[in-house]
Amino acid sequence: MMKNTISERVADFLEHFPPFNELAQDQLATLSKEITIIYKEKDNVIFSENDPPHTSFYVVHKGAVALKRGEKMDILDMCDEGDIFGLRPLIALENYKMTAQAHEETILYAIPIHIFKPYARENKEVGNFLIESFASNTRNPYSKSHRGKLYEEIPNLGPITPEAQLFDLQPVKYSKKLISCSATTTAKEIAEKMTEKKVGAMLVVEDKLPIGIITDKDLRNNIVTGKYPITTEASKIMVSPVITYAKSMTITQAQIAMMKSSISHLCITKDGTPNSKAIGILSKHDLMVAIGNNPAVLIKAIQRAKKVKNIRNIRKSITHLLRAYLEQNIPLTLTSKIISELNDACIKRVIEMALDKMPEKPPVAFAWLSLGSQGRNEQLLQTDQDNALVFQNVPDEKMEETTAYFLELSKIINKGLFDIGYEYCPAEMMASNPNWCLSLDQWKKAITQWVTNPGADEILLSSIFFDYNLTYGDITLVNQLSDYIFEITQKYPIFFLHLASGALQNPSPTGFFRQLLVEQDGEHKDFFDLKRRALMPLTDAARVLILSHSVKSINNTPGRYEKLAELEPNNEEIFMACSYATKALLKFRTKQGLLHNDSGRYIAIDKLTKEDKVKLKRTFKTIKEIQELLTVRFKISNILR
Amino acid sequence: MINFFKKRPPANLPEFWKTYENCFLEKQPEEVNLVRFVVLDTETTGFDYIYDRILSIGALNLTNNHIAINQSFELYLIQDHYNAETAKIHGILKNGRGTECITEIEALKQFLAFVGNAVIIAHHTIFDINMINQALERHQLPKLLNKTLDTSTLYRNTLLTSNVFKKKDHYSLDELAEKFDISMKDRHTAIGDAYITAIAFLKIWTRLKSKGPLKLKDLIKLGS
Repeated sequence: MMKNTISERVADFLEHFPPFNELAQDQLATLSKEITIIYKEKDNVIFSENDPPHTSFYVVHKGAVALKRGEKMDILDMCDEGDIFGLRPLIALENYKMTAQAHEETILYAIPIHIFKPYARENKEVGNFLIESFASNTRNPYSKSHRGKLYEEIPNLGPITPEAQLFDLQPVKYSKKLISCSATTTAKEIAEKMTEKKVGAMLVVEDKLPIGIITDKDLRNNIVTGKYPITTEASKIMVSPVITYAKSMTITQAQIAMMKSSISHLCITKDGTPNSKAIGILSKHDLMVAIGNNPAVLIKAIQRAKKVKNIRNIRKSITHLLRAYLEQNIPLTLTSKIISELNDACIKRVIEMALDKMPEKPPVAFAWLSLGSQGRNEQLLQTDQDNALVFQNVPDEKMEETTAYFLELSKIINKGLFDIGYEYCPAEMMASNPNWCLSLDQWKKAITQWVTNPGADEILLSSIFFDYNLTYGDITLVNQLSDYIFEITQKYPIFFLHLASGALQNPSPTGFFRQLLVEQDGEHKDFFDLKRRALMPLTDAARVLILSHSVKSINNTPGRYEKLAELEPNNEEIFMACSYATKALLKFRTKQGLLHNDSGRYIAIDKLTKEDKVKLKRTFKTIKEIQELLTVRFKISNILR
Repeated sequence: MINFFKKRPPANLPEFWKTYENCFLEKQPEEVNLVRFVVLDTETTGFDYIYDRILSIGALNLTNNHIAINQSFELYLIQDHYNAETAKIHGILKNGRGTECITEIEALKQFLAFVGNAVIIAHHTIFDINMINQALERHQLPKLLNKTLDTSTLYRNTLLTSNVFKKKDHYSLDELAEKFDISMKDRHTAIGDAYITAIAFLKIWTRLKSKGPLKLKDLIKLGS
């Protein structure tokens, strides 16, 4: 072939990654011509453990490949763009020691070993790279300098899950340098000692047992303000009792403990109770330093991110955090709050970056709305993006250019969100769609249309749109929109009837014999659709009930039910049951999603434990009850159903 | 299906055409993974089937999700007719620059040998096929015999059918590249566009397949 544009492009890519950057131009050109480009769907296997070696090794061009081993298929490593895998067996002439599986949709370059091998022999740098990479496998494979290139085998290490490196579940490292005083030590002496030892807190002990703690803050509040004289004894100003934990506590537990009691220091005692010897102090700072993967640190990292790509990586850490929270059974309300905050921060940062990319500042105020599950703060896993933009009204002659500006901005934001892992919405419910990027008056018009002519599509649109949440921009625009929705829905109460009957249209979760109903055909044949059959009836019911009460700015479903319980004490029991059921189902879905690296929507019933099945079925009773309540309250006749 | 035995083409067709035609004695397998696809793009002097000419042909061999680079096909044609306007888009100058150019008949000969009985995939396939068929006609040759797929139509079929948003009649290759996050670096070279089309096809195929099992004949129904 005289000219080959594709091989040139392949060479352009490879030359950025070792060892290909060591090859001469003509070597790289020859190599690139012999490459095969392979497309792998998510979960496709490239090779399996114990397979005989292929004739080529692989470089990830786009996507990610997980290297797994053993019966449990523990993930040993994740190969990203530019990473090489499957090379060692070809050189050592042995079978694959791991399974390589596409972790997401992936494009690979397959490089024939017979073309590559002579270069490795001729070119000293390439050879060294290989030797070093193989050798590094016997040492710490996660050491930064060796990270990510050629390891095919990690002997003697056992499985290391990626979250182990990112989110440390190991016991915390606390400060063993225990600085303590007695109950009678004066504030002055305490301050002197703390300054001398450079610590921020001092433990007050009696017979080696912790009875109180004094921090910088306590000295400031009590002594420096003049509230107590400098000669005051420790027992007067100390905080007591001390929150104590055993030294085996994990970082996450420590975080939660500090968050829960809003304190900055924990005391580590021998058996974890205040009745045993104090052995150390754990400060918030220790925790931060010990591991850079707590929500506060992640938020900072997001805010500092300069490129969309950085945020993509941070989002991976967020997923690990989520997994750890779930494993430790941290309440879902707290978990979803933290994770949603983090996700929101990511989106905000993407919007800020998009604004920087625009040649001019926005012509008028605007607000970026997250819709659907994201708007409800129930999106723990990465799913599709649903969003909309509202901007301030402008005179007619400005309309065209203003719309054009915000559409362009939305396009950049949607692309940015895609780049950090939010798939495009298949129904185009995104702000870059001209129907979802409107001025306040245009939105009011659209909403009026939905509310006054509630057909199936209008109900669907309302049910997605009415769960909006302000992610970025002007809150007054959003408030005006909300007020308008309450105003118009009160004027046309028939809308509630339609919305309520829409909420009753989801297919039933169980059949006549109380068996779980699974999908009959399609990709998810024989799977249980957790979203459509269990979660949606609950979220839909909560929406129509809370709207009919004109309650603003409670978007998440459990929160809505709790508010409803407060508003209607006679129905408290059922609403609290709904709140509980929603939380249980969300947690269930999230766990399933993490397990299978998907949205967790479809569940293989035969893989569930008996206990899980019982749990699942228990929520169905609640679903049935809330649907009956809707039917009665909105007088839904059978005709409408 | 054309029955070659009933209606034999004129006997005076050249040998290379007969070889091409004989490829079709072998039927394509119904399993999509086993089918040989050729992903094709032509750059032309313009959009008029009669007056405009093919500037270059780029084609890739795609089988079982594999694209072997050394089996790709990229050639440039010597030009009699030349349209300075479109050359600006493609960056191809009359009779190329730095690349070897061949005659139209030689290009057709090489293309037929390459494509064989493969199923042709292109973006807005009808245009590329018509351009090639026009060229074949200029040399007194019959039309292409291959089955075809159009990524624009296939993509349309991956979208949800809903009154909530209107599907467009056509989707441009740029739109597909953007949706599927495919680099547009070599846009407007024949082989570059063929590559973008190939990756888009693979991603579309994954999405279509997720809705239920599909054989080749179903795919052709969806995409032509």
